[in-house]
Amino acid sequence: MSSALYNYTLKLADDKLVLAQRLSAWTGHGPFLEEDLALTNIALDLFGTAKSLLEYAAKIEGKGRTEDDLAFFRNERQFTNCLICEQDNGDYAKTILRQAFTDSFDYLLYNQLAKSKDETLAGIAAKAIKEITYHKRHSHSWVNRFGNGTDESKMRLQNAMNELWRFTGEFFETTDDDKELSKQGIAVDFSTLKGAWEKEILTLLQTANVAIPLDAYMQTGGRKGIHTEHLGFLLSEMQVLPRMLPDAKW
Amino acid sequence: MADSQGPMWEVFVQKKAGQPFVHCGNLHAYDKEMALQNARDLYTRRGEGMALWVVQSSNIVSSSPEDIGSFFEPSNDKIFRHPTFYQIPDGVGHM
Repeated sequence: MSSALYNYTLKLADDKLVLAQRLSAWTGHGPFLEEDLALTNIALDLFGTAKSLLEYAAKIEGKGRTEDDLAFFRNERQFTNCLICEQDNGDYAKTILRQAFTDSFDYLLYNQLAKSKDETLAGIAAKAIKEITYHKRHSHSWVNRFGNGTDESKMRLQNAMNELWRFTGEFFETTDDDKELSKQGIAVDFSTLKGAWEKEILTLLQTANVAIPLDAYMQTGGRKGIHTEHLGFLLSEMQVLPRMLPDAKW
Repeated sequence: MADSQGPMWEVFVQKKAGQPFVHCGNLHAYDKEMALQNARDLYTRRGEGMALWVVQSSNIVSSSPEDIGSFFEPSNDKIFRHPTFYQIPDGVGHM
């Protein structure tokens, strides 16, 4: 097994899985019916990608574990998602801004990943990119709508920005292993996406009249399994059923 | 609820190129882009179509129930307008 490829695939998978779990908490609680459906559709897309990636990670690992084992029987410290994915939903502005940040990142990442020499990763990315293109269109148009809407929507969007901006530096963290995989044409080195991401997001924020917090200290830790207080609660809710009834079948 | 969900829009889906756009329902949205996105999420999730129209419901001019008599009944006794007096050649197919 290539532990570098396993770790890299797991990072991709955990980002999707944790964010999907977050989004799915909106089911039945969306601001109105249409958005409820839109957001849960997006959650389903993310779960689908997470499943494919976890399946592949389990295969690379070669220890007979399945995607369910990886999703439901790893602990907090074994999850390597970015911290932004586990942040609480907050109000709709926060959920949307978190989504806009991750959609822009994923759009760049998966477009590159679709060219990977690893056929499985390339295949998963090629499928996901169509979905991500739509997710981005949805989240970015909402950021614009909030930013150019009422005083309250502007205030809520700015509050979301003040809370979330410090988690955006982590997208671009990379490791020596990742760089090596990138040299082999297998992985995308996350740090190479920073310029394009910033350009796109800064344009979006400007259009939406959002100010960037000046004193932001970029948070880190998620990629090493060191998480904010939110992930433990998220996992306990997500994992409780398979842990209580390990042999339960759908 | 006094509505904060935005105006109503009517949604038309085209199954494939060349076929007519068929009305399939309505939705709430604040603007055109949102109406189109919501239509995609609500009405094309199961491969129902390849193209969408959305139009704000208030832009649709509709006949009213009182119009039934003057609009539609005069055609009831003009059966010669129905193409039932012709043999339709097999080659014509759907008409």
